Formats: sequence, C-alpha cells, structure tokens
Amino acid sequence: MAKYLLLKHYRGAPAAVNDVPMDKWTPEEVSAHIQYMQDFAARLETTGEFVDGQALSPEGTFVRYDGEGRPPVTDGPFAETKDLIAGWMIIDVDTYERALELAGELSAAPGANGKPIHEWLEVRPFLAEPATITE
Amino acid sequence: MDEALLRTLTPAVIGVLVRRGADFAAAEDAVQEALLEAVRAWPHDAPRDPKGWLVTVAWRKFLDATRADTARRLREVRVDAEPPPGPGEAVDDTLQLYFLCAHPSLSPSSAVALTLRAVGGLTTRQIAQAYLVPEATMAQRISRAKRTVADVRFTRPGDVATVLRVLYLVFNEGYSGDVDLAEEAIRLTRELAARIDHEEVAGLLALMLLHHARRAARTGPGGRLIPLAEQDRSRWDTRLIAEGVEVLQAALARDRLGEFQAQAAVAALHADARTAAETDWVQIVEWYDELVRLTANPVARLNRAVAVGEADGARAGLAALAELDPALPRYAAVAAYLHERDGDPAGAAHLYAEAARAAHSVPERDHLTRQAARLNATTR
Repeated sequence: MAKYLLLKHYRGAPAAVNDVPMDKWTPEEVSAHIQYMQDFAARLETTGEFVDGQALSPEGTFVRYDGEGRPPVTDGPFAETKDLIAGWMIIDVDTYERALELAGELSAAPGANGKPIHEWLEVRPFLAEPATITE
Repeated sequence: MDEALLRTLTPAVIGVLVRRGADFAAAEDAVQEALLEAVRAWPHDAPRDPKGWLVTVAWRKFLDATRADTARRLREVRVDAEPPPGPGEAVDDTLQLYFLCAHPSLSPSSAVALTLRAVGGLTTRQIAQAYLVPEATMAQRISRAKRTVADVRFTRPGDVATVLRVLYLVFNEGYSGDVDLAEEAIRLTRELAARIDHEEVAGLLALMLLHHARRAARTGPGGRLIPLAEQDRSRWDTRLIAEGVEVLQAALARDRLGEFQAQAAVAALHADARTAAETDWVQIVEWYDELVRLTANPVARLNRAVAVGEADGARAGLAALAELDPALPRYAAVAAYLHERDGDPAGAAHLYAEAARAAHSVPERDHLTRQAARLNATTR
C-alpha cells in the first residue's frame, strides 16, 4: 500500500478543458459538482482507500522567518502566476496505477453544462517509512 | 489475562467455526465476542483448556447470532451444537485460515489486513495505526476482505507462495503504533513453519530472522540510515542469526531451491562476515545468479550488479548495470556507488543527487543527499 496526495490547484496547473469559472455555472451545476466530490470520497471510504481530504481557501500567505526579534516576513499580494492549492485528498492504494485511475475519475467532476471539467490534478506519492529490507 | 495466548488461539478458533460451516465474517464476529467474554471471565475462573473454552463459547455466540433465522435452522443447530471431541483433529484449522486470508481474490493490502486481523488477532485499531490510516478506513478494508472470502470454502490447501507473499509484505512494512509488524510477521511465519513442512516457508523465516537480527544496527539517531558496510556488527543479534542460519541450512538440505532461500543465503553470508571486508562477495554473486534464474525480478539483477562490483571491481559492476533498465528503482543509487568506486566522484555526486530525488522514504533521501554533499565537498 502506498499513500498519494491528490492536489487540486486554483492556479499554477494548466487550465481545465471545460474551463468556465465556477461562479458562471448554474447553482445546479455547482451542486452536482460538489455532490460528485462527496460521492467520490464516500466511495473511497467504502473501499478502504480514503485517508483524508479538505478544501482550502484561496487566501494563502507565504511566511518566512526574518531573524531574531523580528516579525516574520509575509508576502502578498500574490503574483498572477503563483501556484495556489484549492484542496487535497489523501488516498492509500495498492498501486500507482490505481492512484492515477482515481485521480482521473476525480478530474472528471461535472462542471459547466454538466460536462466533466477535465481539470489537471497533481498526484504526489508520500515518502514512506523505509522498508525493513533495503540492503 | 494472557493477551499473547488469546492472540495465538484466535485463528485456530475461527478455523474451527469455519470448518463447522460458519461463514468467515460470522465466525470472526463470534470469536471476537468470545474473546471479550474471556477477558471478563478468565481472571476469576481460568479454564483448564482455553482453546476448548473459546471454541464452545464462540460456537454458542455464532448459534445465538444465527438462531433467529428459521425453525429448520434451529433444529440443525441443536444437532450440530454438540462439540466434537477435541484432540485428534485431522485438519489444522489455523493453517487453513492462513490460506483463506491470503486468497488470490484479495488485493495485497486486503490480504495483509485480514491476515493481521484473523491470523494475528490484532485489533483493527492496531492495524490502522501500523499502516497510518484512519481506523474507519482499515475497518472498511477488513470488512470488504471478509465479504470477498465469505463464499470461499475450506476444501484444499491453498497456494503457499501467496501466503508467503502476504507475510513478506507484512514484514517489509516496518513498524509504527504499538505493534511491530516485522516481529508480528516473524511470529506468524514461525507458526506457519511449525504447521507446514515446506522449504520456502523455512526460507522466508530464515530471511526474516537474518534481516531482523541486523535491525538495531541499521539506523542511527533520528532514524538515519546506516549502510551495511558501516554498521556496528557487535549490535547484530547473534542469537537470531544462529537461528536463521540453522533454519536456512535445513531448508537448503532439501535441495528444492526457491527465491526466499536464495535471498536468505545472501543475508546469511552478510551476517557471517565479522567485518565488511571479510564479506564473501564471490559466493554472494553466485546466489544472486541463482535468484535471477529463479525470478524475473529486476531488483535481483540490480543487487547482483552491486555484488559483481564488490567481487570483480567497479568496472565489472558497471558493465552488469549497463544491461539493466535505468528506470528501475534505486538504479541511480547503485550507479552512483559504482561510479564513486570507479574513481569518478563528480559523476557519482550527480547520480546520488538524482537518486535522492527518486527516493521512496525520508531516511533514504537524506542518506543519498548526504552522499552527494560529501562528494561535492571533496571535488570542489
């Protein structure tokens, strides 16, 4: 078993194929999209592959230590090209192929006109505990 | 309350119920209830025959659970409720449980979870902790696995290789939480070896013992990896090594070589060397030749290239490596090592950095990064 992080980006990833901003969708389309994501997570819970998932606010801030006794440096407003993570889901699956398959399904969430949005999702493997046998 | 005893008895009791006709999930539930009752009752009134006690109580629980069904069923149940005489059973129920839990219809992760639950007697929470997933996730994985094997009947022994693969997966998971999976895998493999006379079961047991013997020396403070050549060999567990070698020799004497025996032979040769320099690399290469012959596993070829590099020099190792696919896991790490030995620190540093980016674990990545940094510091 291996864990993978499925990352959904606000920006920074290539645009979705069906790229209409969510606020231009109909309320029913928005509901259908959210329902799809919830159903997806619920199904992975029943297969024993779901670990965790959360949506994130777009209002992120980069922070950096700036030396003893000084407040941390924060950056913003964000540059246009900066990557922004919209949400994430952690899955625990038998194979990398299964992780790709599930990411593909998640990317097919319905959007404007009820058509799949075909957005790009990033699949990142977790660094694991070292195997007992590596020598 | 002897928790270890309960865990040892659990699979046998589940096995009895399943053989008497309970489906797997119902048997497991009934045994769990019987175990709870044992925890309550035994401190005051310990039974002389704990297994018999558990079988009787679990069978009653199973009957209670199924009693509601029909009057016909109830009649059958009354007849069936008479426990058969205890000793002299022809089949080993625990053994059959091993085969059921490793059934080919299960995915590897389901088979592992079910084995730890049913054969190992671990709680769902313990298994979830060990695999770093939520308890609800592990509970689903286990109940799905139970449903998958619900209709599988105990008829004939299953495929030993499948059982061994599952135990090997458990062993390789390392440990976290309050259960050491490597030790649990050894315990289960030991019990399997006591029940079944099979050279590869012995081979796997020997392999686990020999690797486990070196565990204390494999990591330093903060989980830092210590490569084999730099390990403090006085920290190797000589008792486990002696046992592993003995188990292996008995297996090899049967002259039916398999991949676990061949891997254990390599591990035994490492364990046998008092210093890294004394390692018998020529013999190790021969065992890797056997392993490559036995399996199509490319990792065996990669390890063979390392051994060839030690036995015949870095050039020979690089030549062996050149025949392999560079996309193999740890290919870059092996290439880095051989290039350094061949007197090419700059190339090795570059390869170590590449290997670090492809590493699968944090300690491994850190180790490879330090190797690259060490070489870069000397070549500047």
